[in-house]
Amino acid sequence: MTEFVIQSEQAYAKVWNKARKRQRLHSFLKGLLFLLPSILLFSVFLFYPLAKTIYLSFYLTDASGATTVYVGLENYKQLFISPIFQKSLEVTFLFVVYTVPGTIVISLFLALLANEKLKGIGIFRTIFSSTMGISVAAASVFWMFLFHPTIGWLNQMLATFGVDSIGWLTDPDWALFSVSISTIWMNIGFTFLILLGGLQSIDRYLYESADIDGAGYFYKLRRITIPMLSPTLFFVITVSFINAFQTFGQVDMLTRGGPQNETNVIVYSIYQEAFMNYKHGAASAQAIILFILILLLTFIQFKLGERKVHYQ
Amino acid sequence: MRMPIYQKLTFYALLVVSAFLVFAPAIIALSMSFMSNQEIMMGNWLPSSLTLDNYVHVLENSRLLHFFINSLIVSLVIMLGQLTLSSLSAYAFVFINFKGRDLLFFIFIATMMVPFEASIIPNFQTIRDLGWMNTYSGLTIPFFAMAFGTFLLRQSFKQIPKELKEASEIAGIGDWKFFLTVVLPMAKSSIVTLGVYGFLTSWNMYLWPLLATTDDTTRTVQIGLRQLQSQEQLNDWGMIMAGAIIVVLPTLILLFLGQKKLQQGLAEGALK
Repeated sequence: MTEFVIQSEQAYAKVWNKARKRQRLHSFLKGLLFLLPSILLFSVFLFYPLAKTIYLSFYLTDASGATTVYVGLENYKQLFISPIFQKSLEVTFLFVVYTVPGTIVISLFLALLANEKLKGIGIFRTIFSSTMGISVAAASVFWMFLFHPTIGWLNQMLATFGVDSIGWLTDPDWALFSVSISTIWMNIGFTFLILLGGLQSIDRYLYESADIDGAGYFYKLRRITIPMLSPTLFFVITVSFINAFQTFGQVDMLTRGGPQNETNVIVYSIYQEAFMNYKHGAASAQAIILFILILLLTFIQFKLGERKVHYQ
Repeated sequence: MRMPIYQKLTFYALLVVSAFLVFAPAIIALSMSFMSNQEIMMGNWLPSSLTLDNYVHVLENSRLLHFFINSLIVSLVIMLGQLTLSSLSAYAFVFINFKGRDLLFFIFIATMMVPFEASIIPNFQTIRDLGWMNTYSGLTIPFFAMAFGTFLLRQSFKQIPKELKEASEIAGIGDWKFFLTVVLPMAKSSIVTLGVYGFLTSWNMYLWPLLATTDDTTRTVQIGLRQLQSQEQLNDWGMIMAGAIIVVLPTLILLFLGQKKLQQGLAEGALK
């Protein structure tokens, strides 16, 4: 009798286990089914090409991009002795230094202004975020005119003050600076919008209790707003850095990398090498360096951010 | 707390000056698009009369209208593709329990670290070998899978009570039906945000359409503007500006309508 009970219990456990296993397999397959389209496209247009870029960077290629000769690290070695690539790295770093702090400071200033509860503030918010809706191509056209040597507004304004006109986009000393100004303008909209969102999520209660203590505007800014905003600030700084490294459109529209490679940022250099000189191997090596740079940067920022950022 | 009047005035003064500075490049362009070339050369600030000649001229003498329609198709298709794929994967990450889910989610997030430029050369080769150059497929399909969108929708799906899922299971409602009839309607606001964001970024895309189009068939409006500008030796600034205004109009309108939503949605996605 007892034997029989044990046996039936064992059988029951077996069936139950089997059912559970089937259930598990079932939900595993179901999960994969829902994820399948994304996984498929990520594989074809992200993972495979990333691996292929690494592979290509060890080869010489013909005009169609097919590999011809394995050269090992030669492409990378060539890059590090190439004055043009060094220039391109230097220009990219300078560009980051010019654009990131400028974008953050201006957008933060605008977001602080637009966060005040005043009549008609909605109009100002819309205006400040508007550059997000303006494409790189259109923005470049706008700025191309402002930078125009004779009829452009900037030189006309200089003329009214009796200052000599500047070759904004043609003078090697000014070109990168000019492209940076237009870039800051293009980035303001997005950065402003994110920062404003961050400001609005700060607890009003904190300000109310500071008001009771009679704290002034700048005291509140330093002691409440900036610390509470630090996660958002951290996010926009990271995004701005990555965007600056990926800049292409405005360089292509405004200067085509010139004059004298002064605005030849790394993505433009990749574009030229791959699609104008048809050297897919050498261009892939540059792309991998860009990838590593961005990876390192994100990593460093996360390490620093962990310590410095105040989370609620 | 009531703001003292002098403080209020300071804020308004700063707001007006900043708004003027931020908007100036766009206003100048708009003003120029109504001017004759003579007026522009003379350095006028405002048009003497509102003439639409530049707009007529740019629509008649370039294929901008054709590019405009291409851009519309490309942006809408990318937007729909991104919404479909992101919501499907977000659903799996929230409502289906399976082994390896966390690992897969981590891989999805990790894809955000790969800049598009790092994969652009092989992607170009892929499109070329598939015969997708100058097709809508080549311009849209590579952008369907989107880690940021999956992430954003996952946050919003998580707000939906788990009890609803359990109840639906007891009632014998399958995942597919639950996804379509419960989850999607409840996450409507995030879906709209993501849609607006997807449309904006696709409309403004520059590098990929430059590579994936070699003739006018599917060329987008941004590259059309590049062409227009590179023929600038005519110095027909009025016409070029009219073209640029036409290009930014749809996105600006969308932004004005959806600014509030977009701001909330992006801030949520960025911070959680």
